[in-house]
Amino acid sequence: MSEVISKIKVATVWLDGCSGCHMSFLDMDERLLELGSQFDLVYSPLVDFKVYPESVDVALVEGAISSVEDEHKIHHIRKHTNFLIAMGDCAVTGNVPSMRNPFGPDEILDRAYQENVSLQAQIPCVIVPALLETVRPVHEFVKVDMYLPGCPPSADTFYTVLSDLLAGRTPDIASLTRFGA
Amino acid sequence: MTPQTVIEQISKSGLRGRGGGGYPTGLKWGTVSKAVGAQKYVICNGDEGDPGAFMDRSVLESDPQRVIEGMAIAAYAVGATKGYIYVRAEYPLAVTRMTASLQQARRRGLLGNNICGTTFAFDIEIRLGAGAFVCGEETALIASIEGLRGQPRPRPPYPAVSGLWGCPTLINNVETFANIAPIIRKGAEWYAAIGTEKSKGTKVFALTGKITNTGLVEIPMGMTLREIIFGIGGGVPNERKFKAVQTGGPSGGCIPEAHLDLPISYEALIEVGSMMGSGGMIVMDDTSCMVNVARFFMEFCMTESCGKCIPCRAGTAQMFNLLTKICDGKASHADLDLLVDLCDVVKNTSLCGLGMTAPNPVLSTLRYFKHEYMEHIEHQHCRAGVCACGSKSAEELAVAEVTA
Amino acid sequence: MSVAVDVKTLVIDGINVSARADQTVLEVAQEHNIQIPTLCHLEGLTDVGACRMCLVEVKNSPKLFPSCVLKVEEGMEVTTASDRLKHYRQTILELLFAERNHICSVCVANGHCELQSTAQSQGLTHVRLPYRNPSLPVDASNERFVADHNRCILCTRCVRVCAEIEGAHVWDVMGRGIDCMVIADLHQPWGESSCTRCGKCVQVCPTGALSDKSKLGSDHPKYPEFLPYLNMMREGR
Repeated sequence: MSEVISKIKVATVWLDGCSGCHMSFLDMDERLLELGSQFDLVYSPLVDFKVYPESVDVALVEGAISSVEDEHKIHHIRKHTNFLIAMGDCAVTGNVPSMRNPFGPDEILDRAYQENVSLQAQIPCVIVPALLETVRPVHEFVKVDMYLPGCPPSADTFYTVLSDLLAGRTPDIASLTRFGA
Repeated sequence: MTPQTVIEQISKSGLRGRGGGGYPTGLKWGTVSKAVGAQKYVICNGDEGDPGAFMDRSVLESDPQRVIEGMAIAAYAVGATKGYIYVRAEYPLAVTRMTASLQQARRRGLLGNNICGTTFAFDIEIRLGAGAFVCGEETALIASIEGLRGQPRPRPPYPAVSGLWGCPTLINNVETFANIAPIIRKGAEWYAAIGTEKSKGTKVFALTGKITNTGLVEIPMGMTLREIIFGIGGGVPNERKFKAVQTGGPSGGCIPEAHLDLPISYEALIEVGSMMGSGGMIVMDDTSCMVNVARFFMEFCMTESCGKCIPCRAGTAQMFNLLTKICDGKASHADLDLLVDLCDVVKNTSLCGLGMTAPNPVLSTLRYFKHEYMEHIEHQHCRAGVCACGSKSAEELAVAEVTA
Repeated sequence: MSVAVDVKTLVIDGINVSARADQTVLEVAQEHNIQIPTLCHLEGLTDVGACRMCLVEVKNSPKLFPSCVLKVEEGMEVTTASDRLKHYRQTILELLFAERNHICSVCVANGHCELQSTAQSQGLTHVRLPYRNPSLPVDASNERFVADHNRCILCTRCVRVCAEIEGAHVWDVMGRGIDCMVIADLHQPWGESSCTRCGKCVQVCPTGALSDKSKLGSDHPKYPEFLPYLNMMREGR
């Protein structure tokens, strides 16, 4: 992460999350412009690129791995990313999506698509990706380089962590944020 | 003999606790004797919980008087007036026979007030266990007798100073008490002449598993494992090959062929990564999977954990899941690293011996049979043909090695 | 009334300290602002040495000892923080987080939880161990309080406060090992038990396992400081 000539290529991704971490990221407000002078957002739900680039320097991954699609995506992301940050409690611990784990996907799908539906009750299987047996944090599938707990991590936390990383410093995560922050 | 003389004799004999701890018996008796307390107790630990162990059962069933005599001598030596025999409820015959023996002893003036016409008074009550391995741990056993949940307590304070109802309590294993009368009758020198320098006397082992002659063997300390297994035991049957001998039950470890000429003693067994334990000795051949053996003992510790402390309660469950993953051929190297780390944490932070020794079978099998773990992880191969991951033929393995 | 008190001198983290003979290492450390993490300890309740967070190293002993029950001894040399102890404390916390369902973001104790704050103070940012996700009940039968077993860490503070301080002994532990559960009376719904509704257990519970129904969201700070005060007042009688 010491490129002086070209800007750092940053990507953000949301998997099974609520996008709250992205909202908190945007809450950095004008500080985004300051940081933005040092990095290029090469892939994100916030911008228009459709394809994950061949080589990303830093990826901020929000959300847990709940479906076959999430699993496929995270492996692809890891393969094309240098430094992967698990952003927010969902990515770090499973958090709210993982509350379905004690019940299992069948019971959940039944309640959502059969019991509570009055017309044409059926469990979707076209286009909608299959649910994994349990919702798991990102690090159970790929190597994670940094963990940023919080629900969401505050804008201040994002600013400090990203400033540190861009300057080549190692931030002290535990002093900035915690589970459920 | 004065109480002090009795303690001296026991100390000189070199007798060490036969329940597994190997603590010098004379030293323990001396501590209880010196402890301050108006009331002292003697407890016999008959909660033999190791799977496959039945040494204490045979003594309680067939020679209960030996235990009563040992306890009475101990009570005389330390100044106790009340004793308890804590027997696991799974030994009903032992309970029946011990109850009868106690009644006979009382009728003959060998228990109760004025024993043998002296001022010495001592009586014994039987208490039953309720199916908890953890109640073999002395402080959990004491809690059980007190009518509380069978959970261990932090030590210090040790039972010798503050035990049953806060009183100085001598607690020894059945086999330890069974050794007392012969030592007093024949003298400490006779006993100390048997065995090795630091492990005196004889030990009873329950020889089981893949062995021709199964049963209980009482051997002098210092006899080698080879003499026991291939001599007395008659070797491994069905022309199968010896692989390892497991000693010490769920707290112990597996000893491979290379150490078969080890003279049995407390120290020697610890040095090779196992322990004496209460005397379980399970022989394994090439149809035993060492990873599955570790998993079996971990499952035992997990289901017997009392749940008081976090490392044992949650740690044994996590370790069991990791071992199952390895057996199923679904584990990675990272899983093995995590297992080893958990072994270290659970071993050093658990509250009692159950948790502290639960990692031993894993650590021991990793020490001598790491290749079996690797075969499960890297090639989904169980050479003994036991595990769910299946086995591969020699040709398949050769191909896997090349392409790895 | 004058009672001769035996005084001991010892060293904690290189600092020379003096203590009464009946004090524990934890008490003396706290007097000198040396922070040792705890979970099952609470001033005013009998210590059980169960959580293993307060383990300390003692010179010349290979074993670790729980400082909440370890009585001081003359010349003792104690280390309360080391890389090894830090690793053990973090792993114990990881074991807890993975044991049951601890979802901080939606919990009534978010921001007022000792499990959460201890994790932060010990530098824990993720859990290496796989989450077990057991299926555990929520008991809302008590008209004033809720017992959510997903959040319980089995510290047994509730058991001890109800038995030792309130005297009702409603709470106790059922089962063994990983299947342990805190139960009311003989495994009855809390609302139908001999509970006196005093609320002490709610105040001493370190997590959101026991909570007050009248609290909104996670605005549920707890005040267990009443305990030593209550004990002191009772002693005077």
